[in-house]
Amino acid sequence: MPHLAIERWAKGSDYPPDSPVVLTIEGPHGLIIHAVTKAAAERGARPGARLTDARALDPALVAAPADPDGDSALVQRLARWAGRWSPLVEADGDGLRLDVTGVAHLFGGEKPLARDIERRFARIGLTARVAIAPTAAAAWALAHFSPSPLCGGGRDPLGEAEWEGEGAKPSNPLPSPPLPARAARESTLSRKGERDLAKSLSSLHVSALRLDPDTVRTLERLGLKTIGALLTMPRLALARRFRGAESVVDAINRMLGRKPEPLTAAPADRPPRALLKLEEPATHPEAAGQALERLIPVLVRELEERSLGARLLSLTGYRVDGSVAVASVATAIPSREPKHLHRLLGDKAAVLNPEFGFDAFALQADWAECLASAQDSLIEEPNGRQEIARLVDRLTVKLGTRAVRKPKPEESHLPERASAWASALTGPSPLSPTPLPQRGEGLSRPQRLLDRPEAIDVIYATPEGMPRRFVWRRAVHDIARAEGPERIAPEWWRQPSPARLRDYYRIEDAEGRRYWIYREGLAGDGRGGAPAWFIHGLFG
Amino acid sequence: MPTLSEIFAAHPRDGGWASFLLAQVATNKPLLWVQDRMSILESGRIHPPGLPTQDLIHVEARDARSALWAMEEGVRCSGLSCVIGEIWGNPKVLDFTATRRLAVASERSGVPCWLVRLGGSADLSGARMRWRIASAPSLVNPLDPRAPGDSAWDAELFRARGAPPGRWSLAYEAGRFHLVAASGDRALGEGQRLSA
Repeated sequence: MPHLAIERWAKGSDYPPDSPVVLTIEGPHGLIIHAVTKAAAERGARPGARLTDARALDPALVAAPADPDGDSALVQRLARWAGRWSPLVEADGDGLRLDVTGVAHLFGGEKPLARDIERRFARIGLTARVAIAPTAAAAWALAHFSPSPLCGGGRDPLGEAEWEGEGAKPSNPLPSPPLPARAARESTLSRKGERDLAKSLSSLHVSALRLDPDTVRTLERLGLKTIGALLTMPRLALARRFRGAESVVDAINRMLGRKPEPLTAAPADRPPRALLKLEEPATHPEAAGQALERLIPVLVRELEERSLGARLLSLTGYRVDGSVAVASVATAIPSREPKHLHRLLGDKAAVLNPEFGFDAFALQADWAECLASAQDSLIEEPNGRQEIARLVDRLTVKLGTRAVRKPKPEESHLPERASAWASALTGPSPLSPTPLPQRGEGLSRPQRLLDRPEAIDVIYATPEGMPRRFVWRRAVHDIARAEGPERIAPEWWRQPSPARLRDYYRIEDAEGRRYWIYREGLAGDGRGGAPAWFIHGLFG
Repeated sequence: MPTLSEIFAAHPRDGGWASFLLAQVATNKPLLWVQDRMSILESGRIHPPGLPTQDLIHVEARDARSALWAMEEGVRCSGLSCVIGEIWGNPKVLDFTATRRLAVASERSGVPCWLVRLGGSADLSGARMRWRIASAPSLVNPLDPRAPGDSAWDAELFRARGAPPGRWSLAYEAGRFHLVAASGDRALGEGQRLSA
């Protein structure tokens, strides 16, 4: 983002866009120009020049203080936003580096990806120069120094990482000299890829290698103005001549992928966390519970400051021997009430085994959601929704997520699919209640369903007729009344093809107990033998 | 007056009690339905499409102890419309103290609690009302005489605080209970008052 500072400033100011404005920072000898508007650049102001010099050229220049901290904060924010393109994003000065290995095809290729990035940055009012290259250093060089905006660099199937800085591909590729064979073998790029990359970079100025200004000046004095010229030099001589910390050979290796340059992803928001360090390792079993009591108020204070509520909490006990013990709980709605959190974690903390002793505890909200500070009512009146969420938390902590559930209606005619269940923690309230068919409107569903339909022996008058009598769990039930069939076809798009249709009957036995039974398949439907009968539900 | 009521199913495979119970439950607030594992195995898991409300929390408890714990937690939560707990057999933990605790908690918080006993026999209990519910042959279906009609029950109130026990044949139609034919010696009005 070459104009980040000035564009950010222009957004927040009310100067007309064509006013000659320069942003200044404090230098050792007075104010130094940090960024300039287009109009100011036309009047001779250059970043890095002194304000007094620029004022000498054009006294009408308007100077405003630059805000480098704000700029880098913006870059950090953009780095998180750039997660939309790649999971691995690093803020690098005034630019971003994205690892787009295996990502570009999601956006239709590398060029569409680069265009998408440019477009989206333009939409938020920032100029972005995008370059994609096999190595990070090459992408940075192309983005900063290449004249025409286009993604460039040697495309290489073996290229380990492709990087995005800002930039373009040079238009006049120069032939580059063959590289030492030994070095090429160590490279992550193939020799051809390396050659292509070197070719596309060779016309760039040596400062594209990100060397310090003194080294650049020395290289210029030696007549090595472009990377191409530098690559023609024997590496041994270069290594001998530039022995300092900023080795030129090192920079070349990084650029050509012979030396890895891993990328550190921009950190996500730090989760709220409270830490307790103990002077002496605690070996008594109540240590974790006592630590919890001291940590919860600290964490709650932080949650309050950040207007968050914890959904997932974990208490980690660090043992002296380097192992850890973790107790974690989840909540149904964001919460930061100390009493509630303590109640949830208390039991689990109490069973953390200290073994050789804990010397530190950390309480962390691994997952926190926005929770505005709120007062429900003037008098402390219990809030139904919150109460239920807390009940769900307590039940889930003790009995497990799989034991506490709520209905999750599915669009399906198969009864066992239609009545799916979801963990009660998943959402604040169940899905919109489906309108139930009224009694007498045909579809009636049992109140209880067996987890697995149980096979029954049925006696019926005719193969397709009403059942007369059935045996379930060794008890004979005479069918007094029956209603049906209600035919439910198999979901062929979900089940394998031999699934058979079901004819459901609502039946009542002589004692008035009512059941839901079905016959699977029809005689002679070509999907297995004789139809089998099953009992599936109980009516109330 | 919300309190703890106990329902004994006449037979574990008799689901009739469910609609008897659900007819008396308010559905404006969520419902907590606790089943222990044995009840689920023997008489099935609740099936939301067949229930009057989808706004419920279902707890599958490992055993009677955790079922009772979940019920007690639920009864203390005034955001619920009611708590239904199914417990299989006669477990040791389900004693007078446990039921008494539930009854007191229910009366204090105003959340009705229903303890459903499947395959169990009546022992000492702190429940304020104890019912034994059996399905009865249903009413005549006006549309199809061969099909089951509206549910009917043979309901026996064998212990109740402040009310003499009795036995009624009940049916539920158009939102209210009514007596089909009294099989006990109680007056008709009594049954309506107790169960509706």
